[in-house]
Amino acid sequence: MTTTTERAVGQPIERIEGPDKVRGAARYAAEYQVGDDLAYAWVAQSPVASGTLNGVTVDPLVEADDVLAVLWHGNAPRLAEADDPELAVLQSERISYRGQALALVVARTFEAARRAAATLQLDIAEDPHDTVLRTDHPELYAPEKVNPAFPAATSSGDVDAAFEAAPVTVDVTYSTPALHNSPMEPHATTALWAGDDLVLYDSNQHPPGIAATVGALFDLPPERVHVITEHVGGGFGSKGTARPNAVLAAMAAKVTGRPVRLALPRQALFSMVGHRTPTIQRVRLAAAEDGRLTAIDHEVVEHSSRLFEFAEQTAVATRHMYAAPNRRTGHQLVRLDMPTPRWMRAPGEAPGMVALECAMDELAVALSLDPIELRVRNEPSVEPESGVPFSSRHYVECLRRGADRFGWHDRDPRPRQRREGDWWIGTGVAGATYPTMAQPSTARVRRLAADSYEVSIAAADLGTGARTILTQIAADALEVPVSQVRMRIGDSTLPKASVAGGSSGSASWGWAVTGACRALRSSSSSSSSSSSDEATFDSSELIEKQEKDGKHAFGAHFAEVRVDAVTGEVRVSRLFGMFAAGKILNPRTARSQFLGGMIMGMGMALHEESVLDPAMGTWVNHDLAEYHIPAHADIESIEAEWLDEQDDQLNPMGSKGIGEIGIVGSPAAILNAIWHATGVRIRDLPARLDKILPHI
Amino acid sequence: MKTFTYRTAAGVADGLEPGATFLGGGTNLVDLMKLGVATPDVLVDVTRLGLDDVAELPGGGLRIGAGVRNSDLAADPRVRGQYPVLSQALLAGASGQLRNMATTAGNLLQRTRCRYFMDATMPCNKHDPGSGCPAVSGDHRNLAILGASPSCIATHPSDMAVALAALDAVVRISGPTGERTVPVTELHRLPGDTPERDTVLEHGELITAVDLPPLEFATRSTYRKVRDRASYAFAVGSVAAALQVTDGTVRDVRLAFGAVAHKPWRASQAEEALRGRPATRESFLAAADAELGAARPLRDNTFKVALIRNLVASVLEGLS
Repeated sequence: MTTTTERAVGQPIERIEGPDKVRGAARYAAEYQVGDDLAYAWVAQSPVASGTLNGVTVDPLVEADDVLAVLWHGNAPRLAEADDPELAVLQSERISYRGQALALVVARTFEAARRAAATLQLDIAEDPHDTVLRTDHPELYAPEKVNPAFPAATSSGDVDAAFEAAPVTVDVTYSTPALHNSPMEPHATTALWAGDDLVLYDSNQHPPGIAATVGALFDLPPERVHVITEHVGGGFGSKGTARPNAVLAAMAAKVTGRPVRLALPRQALFSMVGHRTPTIQRVRLAAAEDGRLTAIDHEVVEHSSRLFEFAEQTAVATRHMYAAPNRRTGHQLVRLDMPTPRWMRAPGEAPGMVALECAMDELAVALSLDPIELRVRNEPSVEPESGVPFSSRHYVECLRRGADRFGWHDRDPRPRQRREGDWWIGTGVAGATYPTMAQPSTARVRRLAADSYEVSIAAADLGTGARTILTQIAADALEVPVSQVRMRIGDSTLPKASVAGGSSGSASWGWAVTGACRALRSSSSSSSSSSSDEATFDSSELIEKQEKDGKHAFGAHFAEVRVDAVTGEVRVSRLFGMFAAGKILNPRTARSQFLGGMIMGMGMALHEESVLDPAMGTWVNHDLAEYHIPAHADIESIEAEWLDEQDDQLNPMGSKGIGEIGIVGSPAAILNAIWHATGVRIRDLPARLDKILPHI
Repeated sequence: MKTFTYRTAAGVADGLEPGATFLGGGTNLVDLMKLGVATPDVLVDVTRLGLDDVAELPGGGLRIGAGVRNSDLAADPRVRGQYPVLSQALLAGASGQLRNMATTAGNLLQRTRCRYFMDATMPCNKHDPGSGCPAVSGDHRNLAILGASPSCIATHPSDMAVALAALDAVVRISGPTGERTVPVTELHRLPGDTPERDTVLEHGELITAVDLPPLEFATRSTYRKVRDRASYAFAVGSVAAALQVTDGTVRDVRLAFGAVAHKPWRASQAEEALRGRPATRESFLAAADAELGAARPLRDNTFKVALIRNLVASVLEGLS
């Protein structure tokens, strides 16, 4: 074994699969060549938001030669009961939302499937529907838990008395619209049966999870399902669990006896694969004259579907962000005739921190206090609700260093003071936080010939650089150059990995990889006969013993915006993020993660909105021409930096998750900057020109 | 997508069989076919008819071939020098790749981006006459404030057409019954009870060119587009303007609005109100008000009235 002293972790190594992606050689789920008899599937979606599907009539003349099957609840194979009712596709006559999969056409060609689907006659008895989230909805209820397992409500001290007594209070309501994840690669599956085994080329964030979930529906144990997920063109949470495309493709392959490809069209991503719930959030803050918070109250109203309860943890970040003796958080849900909301980048934190961090800005104004100073004065010494010490918390350092780097100190705190031509110019700040998590995973390392090693784990790389980072981690643990490590991921038959979600991938998988590589080294260094060419490590036991509370990444966002006095148009001249997220494993891919999150945060502040038509019972914008995300021209100056944070209570790498924290707080910094530029508070996202124009 | 046949047009007077439609750059038509909103039986490709020159007219002005690509037209030195409003409008639209494909006639004939029209599963009087207009009570933030009807509140999405309307451009048309010319301002219809018809073109009529008459003061012209993001978005409101001021008085003016109506909206009343008036912000605002008095905004697009008013004043101040 060669040894090397230069550590790979911390180096800005380029993505290993980058050249393949640039050349088009990287294969995605809908691109695998799987035989000459490949069939294509197309989903017929519900045109109503609520009702009953009584029958499906197929014109026998339509595409007679090319159509292989038309499946619906009247003839589809029965599936075992699904934990996720969204996966019980074609099993019931009940229609729960507009866009739900009602029938599946399988044909010899993609075009024939699509054409035949358009001619299906769906015999539907339509029911009235209700798709509007409102704070006075009679069916609002408090769930027991919010995701993943937090209490829905918390309370300590006497919040009401604190508000009565406080000299300064803020009582504001912020609302965020439904948002759609919109990964570049739409959800897709190519399915085939090899005997009784199922093979799925599927775009997802968790190959072993997809194998277990889809397998269970077809009464197969996970090991009989082979999920191949070599490359993923983004997921942002919407590919964290199996989606209907995987089940439908597997079903179609079973019925037709052929490999079947189902690539959802962009429009279907706006109904069938999840969204971020809209939220209406009331935040109340009470403070003493010196700015110390005496009470925090954050109450959230959000929706779920008729199919099941998905309760976003919107107010959970508020539980540990600032010190205050009296505190209350709560969530209420209403079940509407809508698709089930699901995870979308920083679920909970992203919308929740809009309300909290904008309310903090409003409080700073009410107190005539610098918004950074207000935050510093409310820095807690331990987690305020759990009492658990933070494993590391450098929020104040992020605010202070960020302020220096951004040039905050000569800021005139008054709004509407800086004008250049038609532009009002302003700056804003907001805090960021995201929990640091690790989940049990297993990795295996094998010594191959000629000083090379194969490291395997069933992880998924969504474009984040996971494959590259794991290679770096393995190289260091083996004490060899990265060139001697071959990383195998993206295959459910490899040792079991946790989901690429919750910003936990690198920590979880890296832990297992480190463990396996160290085990191999220690077995080789011992001269005994136990020396082996292979080692496997399962992190479950270590992770179960670990304290879960008190572990978070922190950050601070700074924005400079200009608002056109003639039109109300907002442009973000500068966006700067300073993060404290443990050891940064690869500065190149980390920067990309931070910036990507910040850009998505800009989209959340200014652009993204799924526009509901209550009468039609659906969102009416469902492509990337009408669902706006930032274009390149929207990105002017954008930078991310980080502190060198040491934390030995996390995982062997000392890393915190960085995939999501960029979107947390960045929208609030932009909204706060809009206020500073114009004096206009936008409390209803996105901050579009039509909301600003009447007030400037 | 419905099955269709494809042929190339043999000549400008070739006409169209029933169920056929002309294909230019395809940047809008092909999208609508994929969405099932456009379902032609035959595509007749007119991009090989040699209609891709920009030529100077004998008495001044330019003749723009119907097939001239948007990128080429925007870069033409004569357009940039004599009609900057047109070059700016073209460059404000779409993306570089789309402008490389899109043609002059195709740009004029692009269809509304109303979200109900673009979705074949929705009612829409434009794609399914008689099915109703959900936009009136639904999503209409970016729909018409001028010239709409209860049947349709769609807007025309082109930037280029707004500049052409301001410049008194004339569309040259060839069809089965001969040739004719129509001012750009009269090419598009107001929706009335028949919103399924965007323009006055009859089936088989082909736009062969767009004539730009000489307009000396168009060297002082500009296009201002307001949109929801910095690039690659249709207008929320736009203004094309050319202004001639002598001794502080408006001698002549051309003004057109985009994203407010079923057609590029030539603001004739505003122009009339301005001629002979002092070139001041007050006059500009009064002129805008003269035009916008007819605006009938709906629940969520009232902001467009103030937006256009502000834009008119700002653009004309910039030109004066």
